[in-house]
Amino acid sequence: MKSSASPTSFPQPEIGREMKGADVVVECLAREGVDVIFAYPGGASQELHQALARSDKVRVILPRHEQGGSFAAEGYARATGKVGVCMATSGPGATNLVSAIADAFMDSTPMVAITGQVFQKYIGKSAFQETDFFGMTLPIVKHSYLVLDAKELPRIFKEAFHLARSGRPGPVVIDIPKDVQQALVTPVFPATVSFANPNIDAKVEASDEDLKHVLGLIAKAKRPVIYAGGGLISAEAHADLKAFAETLHIPVATTLMGVGAFPETHPLSMRWFGMHGSAYGNWAVDQCDLLLCLGARFDDRITGDVNKFAADATIVHVDIDASEHNKNKRVQFPVVSDIKHALKRLNELIVANKFVAPDTKPWLTQIAAWKRDYPFSYEESRHIIPQEAVAALYELTKGDAIIATGVGQHQMWAAQFYPFDQPRRYISSLGLGAMGYGYPAAMGAKVACPDKQVIDIDGDGSFLMNVQELATCAVEKIAAKAMILNNQHLGMVVQWEDRFYGSIRGNTILGHHDNIGGPDNPSGIYPDFVKIAEGFGVKARRVFKREELKEAIQEMLDHDGPYVLDVIVPYTEHVLPMIPAGKTVKDMILK
Amino acid sequence: MRHTISVLVENKFGVLARVAGMFSGRGFNIDSLNVAPTHDAELSRITVALKGDDSALDLCIKQLRKLVNVVDVVDFKEGQAVIRELVLVKVKAAGSARSEIMQICDIFRTKIVNVSEGDVIIELTGDEGKVAAFLKLVEPFGILELARTGVLAQLR
Repeated sequence: MKSSASPTSFPQPEIGREMKGADVVVECLAREGVDVIFAYPGGASQELHQALARSDKVRVILPRHEQGGSFAAEGYARATGKVGVCMATSGPGATNLVSAIADAFMDSTPMVAITGQVFQKYIGKSAFQETDFFGMTLPIVKHSYLVLDAKELPRIFKEAFHLARSGRPGPVVIDIPKDVQQALVTPVFPATVSFANPNIDAKVEASDEDLKHVLGLIAKAKRPVIYAGGGLISAEAHADLKAFAETLHIPVATTLMGVGAFPETHPLSMRWFGMHGSAYGNWAVDQCDLLLCLGARFDDRITGDVNKFAADATIVHVDIDASEHNKNKRVQFPVVSDIKHALKRLNELIVANKFVAPDTKPWLTQIAAWKRDYPFSYEESRHIIPQEAVAALYELTKGDAIIATGVGQHQMWAAQFYPFDQPRRYISSLGLGAMGYGYPAAMGAKVACPDKQVIDIDGDGSFLMNVQELATCAVEKIAAKAMILNNQHLGMVVQWEDRFYGSIRGNTILGHHDNIGGPDNPSGIYPDFVKIAEGFGVKARRVFKREELKEAIQEMLDHDGPYVLDVIVPYTEHVLPMIPAGKTVKDMILK
Repeated sequence: MRHTISVLVENKFGVLARVAGMFSGRGFNIDSLNVAPTHDAELSRITVALKGDDSALDLCIKQLRKLVNVVDVVDFKEGQAVIRELVLVKVKAAGSARSEIMQICDIFRTKIVNVSEGDVIIELTGDEGKVAAFLKLVEPFGILELARTGVLAQLR
């Protein structure tokens, strides 16, 4: 889906009929191929909603909170690669978008956030619902605009969508004062965009010389590993990666952003690595002699102690963003390149030069032994445990669902026990770690992919943060489902309390402290998600018993509409393996 | 290490905030900052002088290059560029002090641009060393007010 050209491009600028600024906005959205936006109205954005109501070009979904709408726009973008669009009014509407904008910035998600602004004559005067949104979002946007003249709208929208989806994708904010929305103009829609910064549209492609050097390093390697990140998914380079790894017999470990960039059931897959990633993936990266980092950024949750990360390896880092090179980890060979070009060209060079793949058999044998002896695993209990619920969902969906998550233990278990063979199937707030992301993101993904099962695997804490989006799904008939792994606690923080803080509970219990619910105390369960869902007119069911689990999941999958499955699990499970923050692979906790 | 960073930007609102934010968000304290249009009215030059860790600053400069309204970034290390600053300083100058001040000004080839009953305003250009030396000499007379442009730089 990635393309830097807009879907409808005109060789010459096109002059439109005279219309209001707000109608120009709708026309721009249609021209950019936007089929849906998530928008919550208010005084300063009402003109835009009126213009949308006058048009049938763009579907408008009313979320029940601007944060839900903006996470939904992200879910839509992550599931498709297209630009997700959200809109809010000035002041409090706009500030509610901030988490999603920061999230899109961290996870390189293409998003355009449109906000209404007070009349220009009121700007800077503490007018009702005025905030300096342009100023407030400066550190978390790829770019932003405050529109001062309605004539500028066509150019600004074209630039904004181009910036959001091209290069390393990211969020762009467009703040539009109400008088600009009301102004009558004759818009001129530009055919192309250009930027004064020569880096913006520069072709970023590795030279053959650099790529041949990489092949030279591979030829000499005995224990090579590919470390694949979200950049591969943004660049739609998964097929090129598969061909590359298979031809050269190099094992692949992804980041969580990169999950699905390489089929996780493939013999060369080491799943994903990092703090809670596979033991074998972490060991392989630790012991490799050549690390090929492709479209990833050496995040601290991946590296632990960065000085001891892959300490014996020669590291090649291919990334489209030159500012990622040597940011967190000094590497021997940084290559600035569109990853799609680099892999495609590497594959061509391998054929053209009759490149002989290195003998990695002993290395692959070692990894196979680790995989056999230390898979992601859990011990069964008399209760449903969260890992088992995820594994059951995998089995019943045959691995073919889009999974969104909140943030915490369930987010890790979802990635551990639901292997993904396709990109854009694991949709999660990974860089920012924003709780409440799961259900609205699932909603956005379901709008984008109505024919796919889309399930939010969530925690009871995260789910409650955007529970109001059940109303959106009910009213808009969006069949996004939620499977809550309900342990009545903030599980990941509890895990850290158990491991590092003597199990002292610092505000991590979500129910009544004198009557903590759980599989052995059903009457203490709080809140009652089934009743909440009922109030929203959404079908729901609670399960306690293992023997009911699969049947209940099947009921959720078969239901033609939104659904909440509340799975009651003990809070005592820990996500393992675990490399404590700032530590090394040698400190990995396996049991 | 001391750096003088010259950032060529589009002359649009918000650009200075983006550039300054790139430094402040990473904990760099800016020593001086100068912004003015170039010979091309669409472009402005921002000159930033600061001290900081080299690798952190390298990263900061790479991130500056990603800003949409930034056209070019040059990091002048010490000695690479001609560096100048303009200073206006109002010094107490009553009685015999006035002639002493004028002598110092002569030596430093500065200009007195205003004379009042009790003070003079001196215009001085130079690199940081010259400015510091001059200010040290006139300080005993009593500096009433001081304004400086911050440094400007051009590659030798």
